[in-house]
This record gives sequence, structure tokens and C-alpha cells, in this order.
Amino acid sequence: MNELRELARKLLGDGAVKVVIGYEEGPRGVRPVMITDPAQAERLVFDARCVHNLAAYLNPRRPHLTRLGKPAVVVKGCDARAIAGLIRESQLEREDVVVIAMRCGGVVREPTMKPELGPETVSPRCGRCASREPKLFDHLLGVLPPAPPMPAGDDPVARLEQMSVAERWAFWREELSRCVRCHACRAVCPMCFCSTCVADKSRPQWVETSPTPRANLSWQMTRVMHMAGRCVGCGECTRACPSDIPLGLVLAHVARHVERRFGYQVGDDPSVPAPIGAFKTDDSQEFIL
Amino acid sequence: MASEAASEATPHPQFEPKIVAFVCNWCTYTGADLAGTSRLQMAPNVRVVRLPCTGRIDPLFITKAFEGGADGVIVSGCHPADCHYTAGNYHARRRFAIFRDLLDFMGVDVRRTTFSWVSASEGGKWRDVVNDTTERVRKLGPFAEYQGLSDPLPGVRRRAASGDQVGTPPARGTP
Repeated sequence: MNELRELARKLLGDGAVKVVIGYEEGPRGVRPVMITDPAQAERLVFDARCVHNLAAYLNPRRPHLTRLGKPAVVVKGCDARAIAGLIRESQLEREDVVVIAMRCGGVVREPTMKPELGPETVSPRCGRCASREPKLFDHLLGVLPPAPPMPAGDDPVARLEQMSVAERWAFWREELSRCVRCHACRAVCPMCFCSTCVADKSRPQWVETSPTPRANLSWQMTRVMHMAGRCVGCGECTRACPSDIPLGLVLAHVARHVERRFGYQVGDDPSVPAPIGAFKTDDSQEFIL
Repeated sequence: MASEAASEATPHPQFEPKIVAFVCNWCTYTGADLAGTSRLQMAPNVRVVRLPCTGRIDPLFITKAFEGGADGVIVSGCHPADCHYTAGNYHARRRFAIFRDLLDFMGVDVRRTTFSWVSASEGGKWRDVVNDTTERVRKLGPFAEYQGLSDPLPGVRRRAASGDQVGTPPARGTP
């Protein structure tokens, strides 16, 4: 932590960056903070409560932040994948950001929890993490903690995959009936960067705006399709959802399908092309007559 | 004979499915045209929507078709390496490989969808795609699950139904 504060102080003092986006202690757990004054670098913290994906602040949908000047961002492995995604898709120039990567031993489910990792408190997304030591960075800090303790038991995605079609339909109908269409899943996502979302278009209206299960299914399928091969698995949409809809299950399933089918895993190397937008002439097509 | 046997086996013999076909202008639309000018007999259940390329077909089109009351959907375009725009069908192939799997994961029976390559010279193949899809969807019956998605779940009462007037909007036309 001192290492991080020291670095932030130095970067701000040298004028290398104008703002450091990191985490601070808030009244209810850890929260994101933008530090512009080197004297304020003491406020920065980093521990297992730092669940937020701060790469979302580099998203071109938030120009007010980049107007402050060149940012440095504190990232975990999952957030580094998001930065790589933004660079891959030409939404961010590599030299326009200083990446302060933290070696990560997993995070808890909510930033309001105690920073103690146990099978009950660890975020479910951390179990499959392949980038606890990010490869995309300008500064890599910390020592690599041990892998997070994951709860034993079944895998909810695999359980859904084994259900019958009718059971899955009933499951999602029940879950999606709670969606209030607040679009928090979109707002929090670091990879959602369209200036006008297709769900906001009214001429023609592609996605109904009223929160009915039918419209919610259409909205979520659209969102997931736009995330296919791009979702970094940071789990922020699930955390932001006020109705506790397990959105991560669909995204995880699609990510596994993309991996099985195209051998592609979302990583933190911006030079690897994403599966959608690229193709091979011999892609399998067993489902096409 | 075959069709009689099929109609006996089908649980919805009287049901005429509505099927929307999203086809590319250069191959399948022309192939469908050939089927028509060749006087090939095929089921009249398919409504064709012509698009420049399968690469133009957003998965939202399929969602929208189901929302609008379609019981089945066909997506068809040029064979690989035949795309008028060089690579549109390759992109579509990847996209629909993912979307088909997503539909399945969300609980939509993917037998309601057909993906095919039909070239401009394959009028007979288009007839088969249309007839096979129509019969398959006829067996599955109306897609009432999707169309009824916006009905309230059993046990969930809407505010107006419970007699609570709070938040009831004024009738249309009142000042």
C-alpha cells in the first residue's frame, strides 16, 4: 500500500499524470477515488475489498474524466483485461494511460465487507482468474498472494447447461421478471462504450423499454451478444444489479462457449484479435444446413 | 404419403406456423426466386425479408421476429467463399454460432431456428429448407411461451388488479 501511495505521489508530483484513479476508504467500505493532488496520495488503499473495475472510468463514454488530463489507473488482473479490450477496440491509446497493476489474490463480493478472503466471502469470479499477475502494466506492485480459497461445490453455469431447455426457460423467465431496466449493468460495464445504445433507440425501437420479461430477455440477449468474446468477467454487472439477477451466469456460459468453439480467452494482450470481428474460413458450421 | 404420416404424428395438425426468413439478396433471395419461377411447391408459411448480406442480420432481428409473433426463423445466405461482399457470411457464421447457443442457454428451443446456405442456383434446396422448417415448427406448435412472456407470472398480481389505485395513470385524454 505504501508502495502504491509512493508511486502515486511521484507520478502526480512529476506531472507524468494529472489524476490517479484508485480506491480509498469510504464511510461504507472501499470506494473509487480520483486523486489530483500529490499530498492526497495518502488516501489510496488497496486490499481485497477493491472490487470495482476502475477501467470503466477510461471508457470514452466518460469524457469528463479524461478532460482532467492523463490518468493513471489502479487495476487488478480483470481490470487490466478491460484496458486491453479498450485498446484492442481503438477506444483508448496505450500511451494515454499509466497502468498501475496490482498483484491480486482475489476480492470479496462487496466493497462493504471485511477484507478477509474465505470460501463464503470471495467473489465467485475469482476462481477462474488467469491473470492474478497482470501482464499489461506500466508499474506492477505488490507480492503475489496465494490463490483465493474457492467454495467447494457445483458450478452454477454447468448446472444450468445440464438442465432441459424448458427448465432453463423457466429459470430465466423467473430471474428476468425482476429486471427493472435501470441499465445499471450497462452503465457499470467497462466494455460498453457506444455513444448511443441500441436499447435507447426509438426509431425504430429495437428493444422495448418497459420492464416486461419479454423486453428484459431481448435486452439481456442483446447485451450478452455485444459482450461475446469481449466480456472480461469482472462481475460488475452482477454486483450493480439491484434485482440480483445472476447476469454473470450468461456471460460466463458464452465465454466458455467462445473458448470451446474458437479457442479464444479474453486476455490482457491488446494485439490478439477478438473472435467477433475476425473469422477463419474453416470455422466449424455444423449447425448450418 | 409421407406428409399424411407426418400430420398424424404431429400434435398440432391445424396449426399454420408463422416463419420469418432473413435472407441475403445475392444468393438465397435469388435462389428463392428461382424456386418460384421453377414452380416448385413449398409451404406458404414463410415470410421473406431480404437483406443485403447475412452479415447485415443482427441477432436482434430474430428476437424481434419472435416478439412479433413468429413461431420460427430462417437465416440463409451465400455459401462460404461466395459472399458478394467477400466476408459477410464468415462474420455471420461466427455471430450465429454464438447466438444460437445463447438462445439455447436462455431456454429457447433452437429447433425453431434454421441456418442454411442456399445459393442462387439452389431453388430445390430452398424448397427443402422451407418445407422442413415449416414441418419442424408445426410439430413444436405455436411459440406461446415467447409471446406470453409479458403476461404476469402466476401468483404475481399487478397493482391495478389488486384494487390499489395508487400510481394509476389518468385515463387517456384527460387534461
